[in-house]
Amino acid sequence: MYEIVAFYLFSALTIGLFLITVMSKNVLYAMTSLASGMVLISGFFFILGADFLGVVQLIVYVGAVMALYSFAMMFFDATRDIKERNTNPALVFLLGGLSALVLVLMFAAPIHSEAIQALYPMHEGVGNAQDVGIVLFTKYLIPFEVAAVMLLVAMIAGIILAGKKMDQSLTEDTSADDEILTQKDAK
Amino acid sequence: MIGLSHYLIVSALIFSIGLMGVLRRRNLLMLFFATEVMLNAVNIAFAAFSHYYNDLTGQMFAFFLIAIAASEVAVGLGILIVLYKKYGSLDLDDLASMKG
Repeated sequence: MYEIVAFYLFSALTIGLFLITVMSKNVLYAMTSLASGMVLISGFFFILGADFLGVVQLIVYVGAVMALYSFAMMFFDATRDIKERNTNPALVFLLGGLSALVLVLMFAAPIHSEAIQALYPMHEGVGNAQDVGIVLFTKYLIPFEVAAVMLLVAMIAGIILAGKKMDQSLTEDTSADDEILTQKDAK
Repeated sequence: MIGLSHYLIVSALIFSIGLMGVLRRRNLLMLFFATEVMLNAVNIAFAAFSHYYNDLTGQMFAFFLIAIAASEVAVGLGILIVLYKKYGSLDLDDLASMKG
């Protein structure tokens, strides 16, 4: 009973919040609704018994990714509305609606479930975090290490890309300085 | 009773919302938000499969997906800052410099 109520509540709220994310003109509203939608998605994971995944979702997505986005928004002018030229909104809605229909029909189709066997079955009486740890550090050890190297590469790339010329302000008008610089070059 | 199909349909709807955002957005930052929505939709589907087939593989893939999303954000935001320094705008139409 609680599961049904929670499922419908979470799904209605997430779909609404993500619609705000996609439709809103304001970056701040879009980011806030995206963060709250991600919190509610971790609720789905808790209903599904994937406790560790839910906690990771909360820490990594809501904690790290959203903090990174909000830091990035400080570089850009986030307060003004975004003016976007939409070439053909009707076409976009048609394509989005059609893809939604196709995906829903695909997923609603009956699944031939006898042929599917669990590769790494969950154990009874063992916590989800323990189960995940055993599988992750035995069967998925090499992908885990590769993911660690990938995160290191991404960190270095982020520092190198964003770290150049950090002493200059992005939003202030620096064209005057540029003119002075070009005059110096001309001399 | 909530079955696997319920979760898959919600996941498909959220994925379509993200796809619609990717199609209609012209601002790069908002485009990143839409891709995050799509990645989260796939995560729901993985967790639902993992629960209903009693298999941990789905959760493993969801973990790696989260790692990939985190590194995508780090690199993507770095590129975004470089583009903003160079062009002073994040509009995709302004950034289109290749005429094909």
